[in-house]
Amino acid sequence: MKLETLTQLNAERAARRPVIVVTDVATGDQRLVKAKDIATDPLGAELSKQLRMGKSGMIESGGKKLFLNVYAPTARLVVVGAVHISQALAPLARSLDYDVTVVDPRTAFASPERFPDVPLIAEWPDVALPPLNIDHYTAFVALTHDPKIDDPALLHAFERDCFYIGALGSRKTHAKRAERLKAQGADDADIARIHAPIGLSIGAVSPSEIAVAIMAEITAELRLPKEGLKQGEKQTAKVQAA
Amino acid sequence: MLNRDEDILQAAENWQKAGHGVALATVVETWGSAPRPAGSSLVINDDGTFLGSVSGGCVEGAVVTEALDVIASGKPKMLEFGVADETAWNVGLSCGGTIRVFVEKVGQS
Repeated sequence: MKLETLTQLNAERAARRPVIVVTDVATGDQRLVKAKDIATDPLGAELSKQLRMGKSGMIESGGKKLFLNVYAPTARLVVVGAVHISQALAPLARSLDYDVTVVDPRTAFASPERFPDVPLIAEWPDVALPPLNIDHYTAFVALTHDPKIDDPALLHAFERDCFYIGALGSRKTHAKRAERLKAQGADDADIARIHAPIGLSIGAVSPSEIAVAIMAEITAELRLPKEGLKQGEKQTAKVQAA
Repeated sequence: MLNRDEDILQAAENWQKAGHGVALATVVETWGSAPRPAGSSLVINDDGTFLGSVSGGCVEGAVVTEALDVIASGKPKMLEFGVADETAWNVGLSCGGTIRVFVEKVGQS
């Protein structure tokens, strides 16, 4: 690998931008494809498929054996609300290799005793969220049930193109939330991006089970092709985690 | 603390810029129950220091030896390891899988 390629690769990774290194394993010839260039690349279809799966692998193209090494940014989970579900969700997400941050201005909730080893920010969303540089490779969940905390947090998530946005609350709660968010400038497309009621429908009851439902839904959003996700959603009603 | 891929690749860049000969070994194919998926990497410098992994520790020693050759020659190499390999007694995978590892010099033109 050329030093220039390695330097570029490290710079893209530090900036949390996905990148794929294509290597001809017979000759060692190599090129680096940035995420923004994938669509126009001759191997565009293969590259975008591998990137979506976050998987590296060999392909054959034009009689050449090519190794596609996919460097997707580490997925992050930002949890707004240091509630009981979050106590189960944080360690579960970490076991799935997410970088987890929990935000809650209520210090009685956001305590290290309740969240050992998890980065905690005991600030309001307007202070806590901007420095996190939330991006597309971030799953965002709002779990406080308190509009004063959840609403500004969700408005921030809309701006940052998170790959998953979920919010706790029944259909009724969510309908009221949608009205409030629209009054603050959100449009229908923003509202449609919120997974609410949150989590796949697996009959979850306990906080730990709801955490499993949430992480399953996040995994589906991350890994399934978009058409596949829609089919999946038709088959499964959402859980009533209210 | 486990070394993540970013730390490993950053180490490769830092070593190279500090004047070391550096090789990058990457798992490119796996069959059966391979311990590390394709894309896993190991970086090696010319004094034998290495970071990362391409297996559960079974073949790293052999990869480091080959990597020193690659640093010297500048020519990339494809290595294959599996229990059926003739050298299995020394460097086979105890898990029963097979892996192919691409070793290349960092800084080759």
